[in-house]
Amino acid sequence: MIQFSLRHTWPGGTNLAPNLAPGLTIDFTAPPGATALFGPSGAGKSTVVATIAGLFQAQAARVIIDGVVLTDTEHRIHIPPERRRLGLVFQDARLFPHLRVRQNLRYGLKRAPPGAIRFDDIVDLLGIAPLLDRRPHTLSGGERQRVAIGRALLAQPRLLLMDEPLASLDAARKAEILPYLARLKHALALPIIYVTHALDEVLAIADTLILLESGQVRAAGPLAELTARGDLPLAARDDAGAVLQARVAEHHPARQLSLLRAGPLALWVPLVAGSLGTQLRVRIPAREIILATEAPAGISLHNILPTLVVAVTEDHTRHIAMVELATGEARLLARVTPDAVARLALRPGKPVLALVKSMSVDVIR
Amino acid sequence: MVLPPVVIGWLLLLLLGVRGPIGAWLNAWFGIRLVFTTEGAAIACAVMTLPLMVRAVRLSIEAIDPGLEQAAQTLGAGRLDRFLTITLPLALPGILSGAIVGYVAALGEFGAVITFAANIPGETQTLPLAIYAALQTPDGEATAAKLALVSILLAVGGLAAAEWAGRRTRAALGYRP
Repeated sequence: MIQFSLRHTWPGGTNLAPNLAPGLTIDFTAPPGATALFGPSGAGKSTVVATIAGLFQAQAARVIIDGVVLTDTEHRIHIPPERRRLGLVFQDARLFPHLRVRQNLRYGLKRAPPGAIRFDDIVDLLGIAPLLDRRPHTLSGGERQRVAIGRALLAQPRLLLMDEPLASLDAARKAEILPYLARLKHALALPIIYVTHALDEVLAIADTLILLESGQVRAAGPLAELTARGDLPLAARDDAGAVLQARVAEHHPARQLSLLRAGPLALWVPLVAGSLGTQLRVRIPAREIILATEAPAGISLHNILPTLVVAVTEDHTRHIAMVELATGEARLLARVTPDAVARLALRPGKPVLALVKSMSVDVIR
Repeated sequence: MVLPPVVIGWLLLLLLGVRGPIGAWLNAWFGIRLVFTTEGAAIACAVMTLPLMVRAVRLSIEAIDPGLEQAAQTLGAGRLDRFLTITLPLALPGILSGAIVGYVAALGEFGAVITFAANIPGETQTLPLAIYAALQTPDGEATAAKLALVSILLAVGGLAAAEWAGRRTRAALGYRP
């Protein structure tokens, strides 16, 4: 668990960068697993990472990781970065140009106490065995970033910090690395702090989401909870939609369908890979949900989900309404017109059917 | 760099001369005499060419991405460790070409050497000193011309060698050409 607290005011105001928040007031607690710090540039994300790593000394800060105090300005504690044992992956890979990939990977390993993360396993996991004898400048951007991740992991860190690790890569390279990151998260029980302003990375990796906005925490909580909220900046995005943790319940090869269960919700989706019981993360885009008070008949639709309205947030400038829905602990978010809200008389507590095309369900992994 | 070489030679003479504060001490304790010796000439050359070398080394250290040292730091490397494993190897091209340029420049030292170590053939005579001496003798013109040619070759060759060494080590270190 990571306990983090930061107070900082930039001297001289925000002349340094126009979009920088004038002051930072950021407190959060991150449970085990992957925590994404998400927000626009200038929100303070990188300052948080630099503070955790000890590379930046804020006016007031406290960083406690699994009970180990790394920074506590109140008690004048500041462990130097080289003794924190945190793996940091930068946006630019920062591989040492005079060393081969193998020596780069071993740089942190040699300086760390013996640990559970083994060289061969990491090389396998990240698929970098063919690169070991190459020089960093001969690698592609995606390869470089994989080596950088491996190098950080081999330093046997107690926490992996990733500061926009994929921001400098194009969509194809990003798609190449994301599965490695997801694998890594499952293979190593290592807490991860992941900074990004790309939602697809958040959806693929994060368990916990911390939304930062101009130097403040706008919201923090489990990914599934925050993506289903209608009152956050996330909901205003065109690609808004609740994320659900589901497991494969049935395969119907003849019908080319699979049945997923997310809590009490049953979702039919086009046949997915993975044996029964496999955990999957799915996203139901808010704009793909149709709300109805009666079940339609004679329709191609597979998923008719009984839910209750939790909250309705209307945005009159954009002429949309975000409707938060719940079935048990499962949450959904629907985007409809204010007119639909009026016609169906949607208000908290009202039972409503959420209609979701099986084709509209995004299976993230 | 802006002080006239003769002034530096004279300052060396004051400091390291047999009566100078450091020179007297060296003489009394170790029996070392620097004035008018090969070692003295070497010291004069070193003092004269040091700024040249420092400049080359500093430029190459400043050219190193500070992010690399930061990365090394997060990987557990302390200050000295980082200097030895990251900064020094990456500054090697500059150090090497600085050394070559410094050496070649030292061969051409005149003012500081003649003031501090005099002009003793075979001991403290540098190339320009030899050329000057040759020009002072009647019929020395041919010798001077030969020596001048050697001097020109050394200068051009030295610069080329420095450039080449810099480029070779940079390539070996994995910088893009």
